Amino acid sequence: MTLAEKILAAHCSRDKVSPGELINVRADLVMSNDITAPIAIREFRRLGVKRVFDPSKVVMIPDHFVPAKDIESAEQAKLIRDFAREQGIVYFEVGAMGIEHVLLPEKGLVLPGEVVVAADSHTCTYGALGAFATGMGSTDIACAMATGDIWMRVPPTIKFVYHGRLQPWVGGKDLILYTIGQIGVDGARYAAMEFVGEAIDALPIEGRFTMANMAIEAGAKAGLFRVDRKTRTYLKGRTSRPYTAYVPDRDAQYLAVHEYDVSSLEPQVAAPHLPSNVAPVSQVKGVEIDQAVIGSCTNGRLEDLRVAAQVLRGRQVHPRVRCVVIPGSQEVYLRALREGIIEALVWAGAVVSTPTCGPCLGGHMGVLAMGERAVSTTNRNFVGRMGSPKSEVYLAGPAVAAASAVLGRIASPEEIS
Amino acid sequence: MKLTGKVHRYGTNVDTDVIIPARYLKFSEPAELAKHCMEDLDADFLKRVRPGDIIVAESNFGCGSSREHAPIALKAAGISCIVATSFARIFFRNAIDIGLPILEADDAPSGCQMGDTLEVDLESGEIRNLTRDTVFKAKPYPPFMMELIQAGGLVEYTKRRLATGPRAQ
Ligand code: SF4
Repeated sequence: MTLAEKILAAHCSRDKVSPGELINVRADLVMSNDITAPIAIREFRRLGVKRVFDPSKVVMIPDHFVPAKDIESAEQAKLIRDFAREQGIVYFEVGAMGIEHVLLPEKGLVLPGEVVVAADSHTCTYGALGAFATGMGSTDIACAMATGDIWMRVPPTIKFVYHGRLQPWVGGKDLILYTIGQIGVDGARYAAMEFVGEAIDALPIEGRFTMANMAIEAGAKAGLFRVDRKTRTYLKGRTSRPYTAYVPDRDAQYLAVHEYDVSSLEPQVAAPHLPSNVAPVSQVKGVEIDQAVIGSCTNGRLEDLRVAAQVLRGRQVHPRVRCVVIPGSQEVYLRALREGIIEALVWAGAVVSTPTCGPCLGGHMGVLAMGERAVSTTNRNFVGRMGSPKSEVYLAGPAVAAASAVLGRIASPEEIS
Repeated sequence: MKLTGKVHRYGTNVDTDVIIPARYLKFSEPAELAKHCMEDLDADFLKRVRPGDIIVAESNFGCGSSREHAPIALKAAGISCIVATSFARIFFRNAIDIGLPILEADDAPSGCQMGDTLEVDLESGEIRNLTRDTVFKAKPYPPFMMELIQAGGLVEYTKRRLATGPRAQ
């Protein structure tokens, strides 16, 4: 069995599961946010159930439109706050919260071998820790909150092997953009992606979160990594719960195996309006930008801000550009402060926001006007994703975003270092 | 059950951000969401759409975010059914969960134009283009999913389950 199959089998008390089977899976954690929880709560009420199945396994995080950007958003945030109080579930208020997919792993709420279902498509992020985590809709989550389990179809697994050593300034974002460019936005539709190879072994845990995060941009149900020393180091001090590090069998069956030599890979950029519209930065450099966004559940972790600060320290954001930096959580924010990263960014002329999804989905804190163009470390560049349907988003890693902020056009960090 | 309606025809990778842009996700009421359905992709959709109409699209319909607001908006706008070459998986779940029928059919999209009249038989999976007098066949649902659909969606299905069985521990 593959990694995904092993975890799923363990969560439906079976020795073996095979792709295509419909199973009922026990969830270790059920999450929703300020956008998806209001509908989940409405459907939960419709079920006629009084209490959630286990308050310690149900989480709600306001992160998309908070601190509330307008009255309607405030009402939605209030709705979930009230529900959280009523049910005694796990809840993080503004000031404690972060972007859900940065926050849950930090708080030790997701561990290897666990199953997480959440009403957010980027739930697949936790695959970085070797968990089977997948996004669903609000009704699914309402039912999972009531019963503690949910139906799933066992996905086939596609294996991705990355050979070689990455060049400087190339990271997880570039690997996953490159991969999506190769297989397309539905290249892994319904499947689980399993990421392995020397380049993966050498990748910091943050880079793995970035890659697992964007598995959904290839249409995947989950994106998984094996547990290694880096995983265990990350988990140290975050949890005292036991966990199981599953290993795929030697004779595991894969739907396909893709092998890439990434030793000469350049930083990658996805041009509008699909995450698969990928080119090496050298082919798109020169495209003028109005805004650079560094943050989100894809690239809002400490390592990402470190890279951005490395590029921006001692330089200035281009006078035509707004550079918006959003730490993914309060912990990231604090550690970036202590390391002097925030100071370097502010000196360079970036604005630094409290943790929020904000501009990633065109919510607030940097929405684009008609005709404007942004380079962003987020994960989607669909029409209208970051504001006006007539605006454009180029996706890239933090190094390219920071270099572009300095030069006022899409640029490789090599150009200024 | 047979559904009849006019076709709204779209291409590949129709994402949830264009089905219902995030600027409206501060709402969750179906009627409110319906007012902005598809506006970033097809400004005329709302003027044209009539109750019972059918969307026909190519591969990966509904890709992107998990927002259930997307199928809710389409359903509330009057769409009775979606036929596509393939669906993104979360959209697929969401549509089935809320009782919006969706059908995968490889050759139907190429045989349908904007404004054609379709008749869809959900039980048999037969898709009939009345304008062109052609017939297509949708992939059948697995039995479990048919059960979900017949129960009227996941909430009704789960209600029954809760009435008869224990909750997971
Ligand atoms: S940061 Fe963007 S992609 Fe991530 S959860 Fe928030 S809105 Fe979704």
